[in-house]
Amino acid sequence: MRLLTHNMLSCNIKGVSNGFPLRLEAEKWVEKEVELNADFLRGIFPKIEWKALAGAARAIGYDALPDEADASMLDSDDFLSHFHHALLELHVEEGTLVCPETGRRFPINKGIPNMLLHEDEV
Amino acid sequence: MVSSKSLHKTAQIRLLSRHPEVYEPCDDSFALVDALLADRANLLQHKPRLCMEVGCGSGYVITSLALMLGEENSGVHYFATDINPHAVEVTRATLEAHGVHAEIISTDIASGLHKRLAGMIDVVVVNPPYVPTPEEEVGCEGITASWAGGENGRKVIDRILPVVDELLSGKGWFYMVTLTANNPSQICRLMREKGYASRIIVQRSTEEESLHVIKFWREDIAEIEGARAVASGSESWLSQFPLKSFWRGSTGSSC
Repeated sequence: MRLLTHNMLSCNIKGVSNGFPLRLEAEKWVEKEVELNADFLRGIFPKIEWKALAGAARAIGYDALPDEADASMLDSDDFLSHFHHALLELHVEEGTLVCPETGRRFPINKGIPNMLLHEDEV
Repeated sequence: MVSSKSLHKTAQIRLLSRHPEVYEPCDDSFALVDALLADRANLLQHKPRLCMEVGCGSGYVITSLALMLGEENSGVHYFATDINPHAVEVTRATLEAHGVHAEIISTDIASGLHKRLAGMIDVVVVNPPYVPTPEEEVGCEGITASWAGGENGRKVIDRILPVVDELLSGKGWFYMVTLTANNPSQICRLMREKGYASRIIVQRSTEEESLHVIKFWREDIAEIEGARAVASGSESWLSQFPLKSFWRGSTGSSC
């Protein structure tokens, strides 16, 4: 699971209103090199919840992202490469996503988050 | 894997991962991939940023899409979901065997993703569980979930349509397999009410079933009104539905 996906996931339990971002507890992660595409990064930037991305990156020991970011930073090659690395090159293999409201734990196994709900949660 | 990437534009059967509880690629999967291939030039020109397959099963379709559109270096990223925990495993292995990547999420349709990804997906592909079955078989565990569609095979399709509408970007395209029993003309009408135009990309008949792969895209109101005016003079293709026996290319008419 890339942090791009973490940034797009929220708790899906019925009635939960504050289900984003899911807190990332990573046990195992890997880095996989991906070619940087600046157009993709510039296009997706407005859709990214920056604090959630920076927080998740920090949870797996990558602290090169600033606490806050705005579009003007996209002109910096350094910023782009850090953003790229955090968003696409860090893969969480094993761990847990925790709902900030309910504490419900969603496991990540072999890089796949499991958002399936129990019957009483739908 | 580099060689297989450059030589093949669809997933290879010999590289597919398998599991007894996961649907293997069949006529419907091939029809969907053929539809994507037939529309590939348009898709490449469309320059999608995010693509998603709902119900990825063996991974045959999402892997093929990634092979035909290219990956990160061209700025395209893929998501794949399935409700069957065995299927997400098999999809992961199939993608890996072809040297391509998609983000896989084990979930029901796009539950947990649809809020944040609303309006962001440029291409959605779905081979839904469309087989008419007793209602109680819908959403069962394992492989049954891949085909059991309840009354008229519409139970899951009718849940998927509003989610896809939410996910698709303004320029979003949606490809879905349907069976004649699903009443595809009525699906097109439902989507038209949401502002979508549609077209059959592939039509194929086997002894048991007649499959259509339909492409949907948002059309602005003026265009829809225009298309209505043009169509009003004659019956639309819908009335000819069961008569076309094989497949026709991307030049199929609008519905």
